Amino acid sequence: MTGLTQLSAAELAGRIHRRETSAVEVTQAYLDRIGAVDTAVRAFLHTDADGALAAATAVDQSLQRGDAPVSLLAGVPLALKDVFTTVDMPTTCGSRILQGWRPPYDATVTRRLREAGVVILGKTNMDEFAMGSSTENSAYGPTRNPWDLDRVPGGSGGGSAAAVAAFEAPLAVGTDTGGSIRQPSAVTGTVGVKPTYGGVSRYGLVAFSSSLDQGGPVTRTVLDAALLHEVIGGHDPLDSTSIDAPVPPVVAAARAGATGELAGVRIGVVSEFRGEGYQPGVLRAFETAVDRLRDLGAAVVEVSCPAFDHALPAYYLIAPSECSSNLARFDGMRYGLRCGDDGTRSAEEVMSLTREAGFGPEVKRRIMLGTYALSAGYYDAYYGQAQKVRTLIIRDFAAAFEQADVLISPTTPTTAFRLGERVDDPLAMYLSDLCTIPSNLAGNAALSVPAGLSDDDGLPVGLQVMAPAMADDRAYRVAAAYEAARDAADGGPLWCRVPDLEAVSR
Amino acid sequence: MTAALMDYDALLDRFEPVLGLEVHVELSTATKMFCSCANVFGAPPNTHVCPTCLGLPGSLPVLNRAAVESVIRIGLALNCSIAPWCRFARKNYFYPDMPKNFQVSQYDEPIAVHGSLDVQLGDGSTFTVGIERAHMEEDTGKSLHVGGATGRIHGASHSLLDYNRAGVPLIEIVTKPIVGTGARAPEVARAYVTALRDLLRALGVSDVRMDQGSLRCDANVSLMPHGSSVFGTRTETKNVNSLRSVERAVRYEMCRQAAVLASGGAIVQETRHFDEASGTTSAGRRKETSEDYRYFPEPDLVPITPSDEWVDKLRATLPELPRQRRARVQAEWGLSDLELRDLVNAGALELVAATVDAGAPPAEARSWWVAYLTQQANSRGVELTELTITPKQVARVIALVAEGALTNNLARQVVDGVLAGEGEPDDVVAAHSLAVVSDDSALTAAVEQALAAQPDVAAKIRGGKVAAAGAIVGAVMKATGGQANAQRVRELVLARCAP
Amino acid sequence: MPTISRDEVAHLARLARLAVTEEELALFAGQLDVILTSVARVSEVAVEDIPPTSHAIGLEDVFRDDVPRPGLTQQQALSGAYATEDGRFRVPRILDES
Repeated sequence: MTGLTQLSAAELAGRIHRRETSAVEVTQAYLDRIGAVDTAVRAFLHTDADGALAAATAVDQSLQRGDAPVSLLAGVPLALKDVFTTVDMPTTCGSRILQGWRPPYDATVTRRLREAGVVILGKTNMDEFAMGSSTENSAYGPTRNPWDLDRVPGGSGGGSAAAVAAFEAPLAVGTDTGGSIRQPSAVTGTVGVKPTYGGVSRYGLVAFSSSLDQGGPVTRTVLDAALLHEVIGGHDPLDSTSIDAPVPPVVAAARAGATGELAGVRIGVVSEFRGEGYQPGVLRAFETAVDRLRDLGAAVVEVSCPAFDHALPAYYLIAPSECSSNLARFDGMRYGLRCGDDGTRSAEEVMSLTREAGFGPEVKRRIMLGTYALSAGYYDAYYGQAQKVRTLIIRDFAAAFEQADVLISPTTPTTAFRLGERVDDPLAMYLSDLCTIPSNLAGNAALSVPAGLSDDDGLPVGLQVMAPAMADDRAYRVAAAYEAARDAADGGPLWCRVPDLEAVSR
Repeated sequence: MTAALMDYDALLDRFEPVLGLEVHVELSTATKMFCSCANVFGAPPNTHVCPTCLGLPGSLPVLNRAAVESVIRIGLALNCSIAPWCRFARKNYFYPDMPKNFQVSQYDEPIAVHGSLDVQLGDGSTFTVGIERAHMEEDTGKSLHVGGATGRIHGASHSLLDYNRAGVPLIEIVTKPIVGTGARAPEVARAYVTALRDLLRALGVSDVRMDQGSLRCDANVSLMPHGSSVFGTRTETKNVNSLRSVERAVRYEMCRQAAVLASGGAIVQETRHFDEASGTTSAGRRKETSEDYRYFPEPDLVPITPSDEWVDKLRATLPELPRQRRARVQAEWGLSDLELRDLVNAGALELVAATVDAGAPPAEARSWWVAYLTQQANSRGVELTELTITPKQVARVIALVAEGALTNNLARQVVDGVLAGEGEPDDVVAAHSLAVVSDDSALTAAVEQALAAQPDVAAKIRGGKVAAAGAIVGAVMKATGGQANAQRVRELVLARCAP
Repeated sequence: MPTISRDEVAHLARLARLAVTEEELALFAGQLDVILTSVARVSEVAVEDIPPTSHAIGLEDVFRDDVPRPGLTQQQALSGAYATEDGRFRVPRILDES
């Protein structure tokens, strides 16, 4: 692995813009790295070397002409979750039903990346339609965790997190419906941000649960995440749920935070997210992080959010309900897979056969669960009740943010589990998102920043920082301060300790 | 198989009909409901589509402000309350012409509720139809069934889908149950759809073309025994594509249901299809599973909260509505109730008004449209509005008569020429030399001839029997092919025979 | 509260257009029962006076101007289709009116 792939996106961009290296050279370094390790990690479903090099060349030519860089990340490569539409690459969402589908349009996120001169290397693996916490629900096989190839990289955005952790890309974009950016980031030792709902356009993001889905950055440093956030964020008239306001000043907050102090910042520890069901090593790493924040001058307080106990069941009614409707369009009539069209079967039969063959078990489970929860006679008891629980969670957040500027918790109760360990136990799998779900239901900003390794298995632990809606910058400030303090205490960033994958791959 | 039908008068002795009418109107906005694709009819297939109206993965809807303004104006014109807060829901069911396999519609939170529409019946009375709601939704694509008999769904080998219509803004207007019509139920149904069509046309929100599907009516019909207050089981008849069909479909369903009930049977709650040719309704294939639309709030759209200011502003844009217009016209033109009724029944009010606007006196304008032109429309089997003569042309003919350039007889010939496509009234006059002859030298010769031909009559006139002059005038008119100015002829005759 | 029967799962699969196998029916019936029993806790929360939230963000009245913009070409629109005919999507025969 060359030195280039070890650099942060901010540093790479600086060198490219100062013409100390070129975007093509950086892109080639990453393509080489993907070639060397992705057979083991399997983070990518599709790579586009020609397209990436062409995009990099365009950036280099523009700089050569003396033009100012089109963005702070111009020329930096990126891995895009395969849930965003791209005209020049397939978009499969990890599903057989969309195998080979080439959308006729770019997602707003895709378009903004291209306009910012970001070089898209390829599309990353994911749990089918973003349903899962391990990337094992991909129709194209699981992604492996670079820290231990026998373990899962989390999910649904395991591909994006693993690509960044394995130095296959300095930047990635993920989506987070119940924790699909933050949980993979936690278990791969990367930074993952779920912006405020409405902060990043969902146009061209293939919907799982429309009221919860939110795209966001996956990176190795907090500053890189902020830089990417500013590229992809902001109002989009094509998304009715997009917030028409400037992107919170996340880059400035990340830079300010990195200077190190948190005096006067009130940090609330959520009481509900500790104790039974949490891996002891995860809790110890979390306590160490709390101490470190206190050392930085923050005032740490306990806050209780009792409704958070109902977040998981509410989520598993709302998300499947919306998914049962969102995924109805996959019927083989207009695009994607079609099965059983033998000239005698009706459209109705062909639809059912196509959906049966095209969807994996977890997707089918959730479609049926959602179909049930929305059915006449059950709506009030399930979907309606879950929407009320959602109100309670929003109220708990509001009360907690009276007492604290940000809230913190472990990102996920355990470190990365072994492949296959939870495949047959959906409920155990669902527990991975226990701490991340409340912020999806309430729509506020939340991120996961690496909090060292668990002392019982040596695997990465994530610290979740939650901020009020449209106060994403607060989470960035606290995370950047914490990151600087942790790196200083540990003698370097956590990602330096990822095993040598090229050795493993050989 | 034809269903047994009960005689109409016999069924009315036993049952009271209850109607419910659901009218779907396609708005004539420039773009679709949730995307910026052009809203046009008749384009090549799949040429006015985008990721959103094709339901492509990742696409999202954004609501057309003009569609919301249209439905608010419709609601206000129907005396509805405009909800201060409403939103969209998803209606989930699978069907190939629906790209997302759900329809974005309004369910329990419609934008306009509780209104009414007064409709005029043939006997001049007014019937008030209660409006339950008016709400927004999106239209589906169109399917073409191939391989079966003439595009029918049954026996087709496959189907072809065109999504140009998918996402076109639709307004559904639903009546409250219409009771108390008795024998007039079919007439009320037709009069309601007619009144609604006229209202929507006056608002300028839709083409309201039933033949092109921009106005579609579903008729719910049930019967209950006299004295009962419990509604019977209803059927919903679709595919009712003309005003006449509305009336026929309701009447047919009443007769069919009465026969079923009278023989001890039960009405099945179902969707039926009206067949224009036979005038009958038939049940569709029974569904295996009962529909469960699993409505829930559309998460890709946000609520709509029409402010009082916005609603007031839209109220100020309402044109004169048909009922107000009728009242004003009656007063201005000095019409009796009966004359107004005839005018409305003939479907001539707007045409007469336009003719008056073009300068004709109301009485003449009314006379032309209600009498001669209505006869012409009837003999051609078309609607009055479909005649190829414009109100402006009719006004010109009336002016020519007033100037004395045409007699009434000549004027009818001019109108016939315009209807035959011979151009403007003045062109027809010129082409056929239809102008009245008032030139004394031409007329004097004709008068001399006529007097010479009937010396006995001439003598009578000379003897002071002025009334006898009519015979000579008639002869001159005959001789000149009706083109002579009869008044002048009379003057010339009397002058020649002066004692 | 819930115990979901095999027949109910079969009904859900029909509603959702999933031609599930017999083995799947048995598997899903068991799993859905476990999941539903777990999530049924939401109905125990006392939330009588609480309004439901369908959107966390309080956006309202988001509209678009009624101005046409070009969409996809017919070729782009049909690009993902399994089969086409005369500029239209070709699909198996449709059994019933909608």
